[in-house]
Formats: sequence, structure tokens, C-alpha cells
Amino acid sequence: MTLPFFPRGTDPGPDFATLVRRHGTEPFPAPQTPHLPEHITHGTTCVAVRYADGVVMAGDRRATSGNLIAHRSIEKVFSADRHSAVAIAGAAGPAVEMVRLFQLQLEHYEKVEGAALSLEGKANQLGQMLRSNLPAAMSGLAVVPIFAGFDLARNTGRLFEYDITGGRYEESDYAATGSGSLHAETVIKVGYRREMTAEEAVRLLVESLFQAADADSATGGADTLRGIYPIIATISEAGFERIDDEVVGAQFVEVAEQFAANHREVNQ
Amino acid sequence: MTTPFYVAPEQMMKDRADYARKGIARGRSLVAMAYEHGVLICAENPSSTLHKVSEIYDRIAFAGVGKYNEFDQLRIAGVRHADLKGFTYSREDVEARSLANNYAQMLGQTFTHEMKPLEVEILVAEITDTPGEEQLFHILYDGTVNDQRDFVVLGGDSEAITRRVRDTYQPGLSASAALEVARAALAGEERSLQDGDLEVAMLSRMRGRRTFHRVDDDEISDL
Repeated sequence: MTLPFFPRGTDPGPDFATLVRRHGTEPFPAPQTPHLPEHITHGTTCVAVRYADGVVMAGDRRATSGNLIAHRSIEKVFSADRHSAVAIAGAAGPAVEMVRLFQLQLEHYEKVEGAALSLEGKANQLGQMLRSNLPAAMSGLAVVPIFAGFDLARNTGRLFEYDITGGRYEESDYAATGSGSLHAETVIKVGYRREMTAEEAVRLLVESLFQAADADSATGGADTLRGIYPIIATISEAGFERIDDEVVGAQFVEVAEQFAANHREVNQ
Repeated sequence: MTTPFYVAPEQMMKDRADYARKGIARGRSLVAMAYEHGVLICAENPSSTLHKVSEIYDRIAFAGVGKYNEFDQLRIAGVRHADLKGFTYSREDVEARSLANNYAQMLGQTFTHEMKPLEVEILVAEITDTPGEEQLFHILYDGTVNDQRDFVVLGGDSEAITRRVRDTYQPGLSASAALEVARAALAGEERSLQDGDLEVAMLSRMRGRRTFHRVDDDEISDL
């Protein structure tokens, strides 16, 4: 690999996706075949809420392929950079690749320009990537992410939802994506309060994923047999911090016990 | 038809080298050295926005002296090279040696084939998890590469500064001690350099994946 130099006028600037294209690789290839195999691996439910000091984001660990569980421990919540995170649902292959490109895009911009993008700029970048992915999405490889971060200029947490066309929608309180999002979002909608503490927000997300997993077969809850728990992370002024599996696991056990206790009362 | 003047190749190379050296000597110098947790790079640079030292990749830093626009172009090419390589293969496959070779090729080509050589000297520094495995690649305007383990000086006055660093440097210095070695060596006996005159950055094993860290003026005084 030689040093990339470009003649005047064709320089890609700080845009990594353009650089990759100039290098001869299309980052968002649309499938050339008219019919994709029936069962593409899909990632499912991710949620995020705003709390007093920023944003909490969570995602289950299951990937499904049709009616089968394809993977039990894939990760769908990623730090995009120090002060932002992205969670993905949809076709797992293109989604994970999109996250990788997005992470690099932010880092590349920061290094070339000597300053990080604003949170708004990062959110727009992800929107543009989704728009580039539209041809692939139309043939069945849709990716639907959530983007969340701490806006250092405004000193607040912010949340963005997207659709497959690259439409970007800022949400004030919470966001959800994936097959179990309907159930998860209802739980959050009922339990949400402004200015929650991080602990309260984490608990609410655990409850939402528990209910989503209870009602949606494509959402994995806590896998206590194998010790696999959803990934939960806070993004605050201190940056992206993943919460320990033990803490998340204990929260799931509590929620499950509460749920079981309610049912015992009903059955008596 | 006029016959072009014959210029001996030796003379042509010498003229170009003199030209490049003169250009580099106009700027201020820079010291990089291995310290306790990685590599510390200290440049004499009164500007706090136009950087001589910057991040290339997780464990790789770049520094340049001489003409700003020329070494900044090299820096950006380095970032692109590293990011593309990491994207195509994996993050582990990005290493300073290959980047230094590429820079050397490019500078050598320009020196022999272009009208004007690049008036720059650059440094590619890399750390690993193990102390003592730091690598400092020093690349000259004509593509000559040297690699050092302990310290390296870039810039016009490098011989005198190297002598001063050699007298005081020892392996495993703390960040603050390393900075004082660099500061004193850059300043010499007649001058003293204030925090605002210096640009300091480190590659530190204590900082997670992206080891590059810019040390601002407040942090310099804290050190």
C-alpha cells in the first residue's frame, strides 16, 4: 500500500468514505443479484434514553436468521468515539460494517482536521451513510441505527433516530429500533421521567429489554445459562462507559424475580 | 538550437541538499525521546494552533520540522495510509516501519526527480506494550531513514541539541524529567524556553487504544 496522494481538485479532504472509494472499494455495495438468500442474519432490539447527565444506550445480544438464533453474543452497541455511541438493528453484516466505517470516519476527520466533529455533524454523517446504503436497503439489506451522544458545546445528551432513507430525527427523551422496539418503547414511555439518575435509566432499559424479549422471539433477554447479558453503556461528559456485566446481570435477575412474584400472586 | 549547460550530477544533488537544509534550518527544532510510559515529543513552536506534532494512528505519532505546508501534506497522507490500511486489513497491521518506508520512498523520489526538494525532516514514532521497544524513525529531505530507540533531534541545530540531550538523557525518565531534558536541550545555555514556547505531545501506554495525547500549556505546568 503506497502513500495516497491526490492531484489538486480530487482530494477527498477529511472524508474517509470518499477516500475508500478513491482507493477502489465501494463501501456500500448494492447486491448485484435480484434475489438475496431468504434468511439474512438480523440484529434486533436497541434502546436509548436521556437521563440527567447524558444518555444511556442498551442492546440485546441476539442475531436471528429466519426463525433460528444465528448468534447469541453479537454486539450492537458501539462507542462511535469518546463522546458518542451508535446502536444498530437490521441486516447484521452491513450494519456492523457501517459502524466500523462510521467509527473510522469520525476518527479520520478528527485526525486530518485536528478537531472533532460537532455532535450534529456526526449525526449528519451517519445519515449520509444510510443514504448511500439505500440501494442495498431496497434489496433487503436495511440498517436502522440509533445515534446518541453527549454534546459538549450544549452540555447535554442528545438522541437521533433514523430511517433507511437516511432520514434523521432527533428525539428529546428516548429512542428504540429493531423488531422488539415496539414493546421496549412502550415500557420506556410508561416509565420515563426527565432527569432520571443513571441507575434509574439503566433499570428502565433493563425492564424494557426484558419485556421485549418476553414478547418478541427475535430479541434475546438475559442468557443466565451462558452468562450473556445485553450491553448497556452511559455516555456523559466523562465519555462512553460500558456498564459491567455483573451489574447488568443483577438488574435482570431483580426484574425477572419481580415479574415471577407478580405471576405467583395472580395464580394463587 | 542551444545546448543546455552541463551540470555535474554531484553538483546538482549538492545544490538541492543545500537548498533543503537551508529551508529546514530556518525553522525551529524538535526533540523526541522514549520515556517511562512511551514517547514524549517536544517541539519549539510558539503557535498553539499550527501543530508540528500529531496523531497518525493508535500507537503512531508524526512530527515534522521545516516548511509547514509540506510536512502537513505528508502528515495527512500518513493518516490516510494508516486509516486505509487499518480498514482494509486490521488495526494491528498498521505499523510505523511500513509508513516510514513509504515516506522515505516519496521524499527520495521528490529529491532526485523534482525541481525542488521538500524542505522537511520528519519523524514517525511508534510504541508497543513493552517499555524499551519504542521506535523512532527519522526521515530526511532526501529520503534517508535512521531508526533510533532512545531519542532523536530534528531540525537545523540538531548537532548541538543532540549533544545536550545525550549528556542528560537516560532511559525510563518520568514525563516531567523527559520534558525538562528536552526543554533545556532545545534552549541551550543562553536562552530559556517558557511553557508557551513549547508544543508537547506523548504516545502513552497509560491511555487505552488511542495512545496519542496532546499536552496543553496548563498540563505542561502541572507536569
